[in-house]
Amino acid sequence: MASIEKMTLNMGPQHPSTHGVLRLVLELDGEKIEKVTPHIGYLHRGVEKLAEHRTYHQTLPLTDRLDYLAPMSNNLGYVLAVEKLLGIEVPERAETIRVIMAELTRIKSHLVWLACHALDIGAMTVFLYCFREREAVMDIYEMISGARMTSNYFRVGGLSQDVPDGFEKRVRDFIDSFDANVDTYEGLLTKNTIWLQRTVGNGVISAEDAVDAGITGPALRGSGVDWDLRRDNPYSGYEKYKFQVPIGEKCDTFDRYKVRLVELREAAKIVRQALDFLKPGPILADLPQVCYPPKDAVYNTIEGLIHHFKIASEGFLVPEGEVYQGIEAPKGELGYYVVSDGGNHPYRMRIRPPSFVNLSAIEKMSKGFMVADLVAVIGTLDIVLGEIDR
Amino acid sequence: MADMAENHRAVVELKEKYASSVLDVREFRGEVTVTVKKEDIVEICRFLKENAAYNLLTDVTAVDYLGQEPRFMMVYNLYSIPNKDRLRVKAPVAEADVSVDSVCGVWSTANWLERETYDLFGIRFNNHPDLRRILMTDDWVGHPLRKDYPLQGPDREPYKGRLS
Repeated sequence: MASIEKMTLNMGPQHPSTHGVLRLVLELDGEKIEKVTPHIGYLHRGVEKLAEHRTYHQTLPLTDRLDYLAPMSNNLGYVLAVEKLLGIEVPERAETIRVIMAELTRIKSHLVWLACHALDIGAMTVFLYCFREREAVMDIYEMISGARMTSNYFRVGGLSQDVPDGFEKRVRDFIDSFDANVDTYEGLLTKNTIWLQRTVGNGVISAEDAVDAGITGPALRGSGVDWDLRRDNPYSGYEKYKFQVPIGEKCDTFDRYKVRLVELREAAKIVRQALDFLKPGPILADLPQVCYPPKDAVYNTIEGLIHHFKIASEGFLVPEGEVYQGIEAPKGELGYYVVSDGGNHPYRMRIRPPSFVNLSAIEKMSKGFMVADLVAVIGTLDIVLGEIDR
Repeated sequence: MADMAENHRAVVELKEKYASSVLDVREFRGEVTVTVKKEDIVEICRFLKENAAYNLLTDVTAVDYLGQEPRFMMVYNLYSIPNKDRLRVKAPVAEADVSVDSVCGVWSTANWLERETYDLFGIRFNNHPDLRRILMTDDWVGHPLRKDYPLQGPDREPYKGRLS
């Protein structure tokens, strides 16, 4: 009788379909997965520790580098947490621009998800189309913040600067053609036999298990849980916009794919409403003890220069207390738990990364499947290692 | 303001059922925080999950209040998907016995989140199914998020602020 030997296979950390430096140790029976042990931490930069030694504004650029596919969502969660701690409100125009950028970021992040997910499963064409549209969002990023990825555009109390002329037209042009682009992706995938064979019935996790595992965002909605923080606990003025929250039924990779495609269209809808809503006005709260002065004052008056210097070097004092602010980031609930001891830097800043918690469910979702199916599960979880390792 | 905390739907029940365990109830910026004794943390979490519908464990972390007694504070951020509200549960952990019971049996989310807290703060979780380091390497010495751990690394002088 032939003896059956279990094989241990090391997948990653350098592996094209692990989306970064994720290492998975697989225990295999033939090609069937018996156990998956993820090893993470290769990108650990100690962001939470660094934040304890920087002022609140100096911490902001660190947050760009968490989920580097969705920098402005990270910025948004952070500034909202600090603003909550301070107990301040931001002007309406700033809120609206934040929403426009957060939703464009969702589009950008979902496009990378779709591109890489499809590429992993063998559909090269979708990858190229998605990156074409993502490039347009990057151009909008560059237009308003000067950077394509590490935007650092929001500020505690508002925005770093107003959007330049032509911003609205640029965004509107992008949004107007976007629905047709989503149709293209759907045309390439939704009825594609290979795509269906690879995604239907793959990575099934029931609603109950998904909640127990702490999965959030589109991955949870794919399992049929009707919950979206933008609708259920609105922040930054989301209560003003009308949008659908899509949910799946079969809890598999295909349903999560459908949920994210609808989210792409809904994000475009929110951007369109926000553009209609956008009116001229201040972009920073009138709080000189917290906010930077306008650049015009910094360059032309000595008072403005001193003011800028004080905020940049000393920062601002934040009342003693603790807050948790969760937002619906493209990958799930991104939370910032900030503790202040009354000083000018966070006493403790905890980042609750959606990818970290979502990834912990990988074993449950891939047990008993083939190795090739695991690649689809990694894709459907939509993880980014910069955020997992922090 | 204190009324909101006192009238919070879960706090009322907690105070009734675990009167001796609830150390503090606080409301700040519309968020309710309950501090409880660490010995009862698993029982209280199970009660909150089963009787108050806090079915999602959003986050588990800790804060190091170096110089205070007890030194560490465990922080559990809970969310109720049916009721769309949050509750924060905290439990003090003394330096003399840096351990707390694991809540993995209540929510499986806690597995990785507690591993991270163990890794970065050195708080041990009793009855945890797989208590290993997660972000740092297995042979790492020390726990980086403790306040007495130097920012620039274990062999370096403590950080004294920016020189520029």
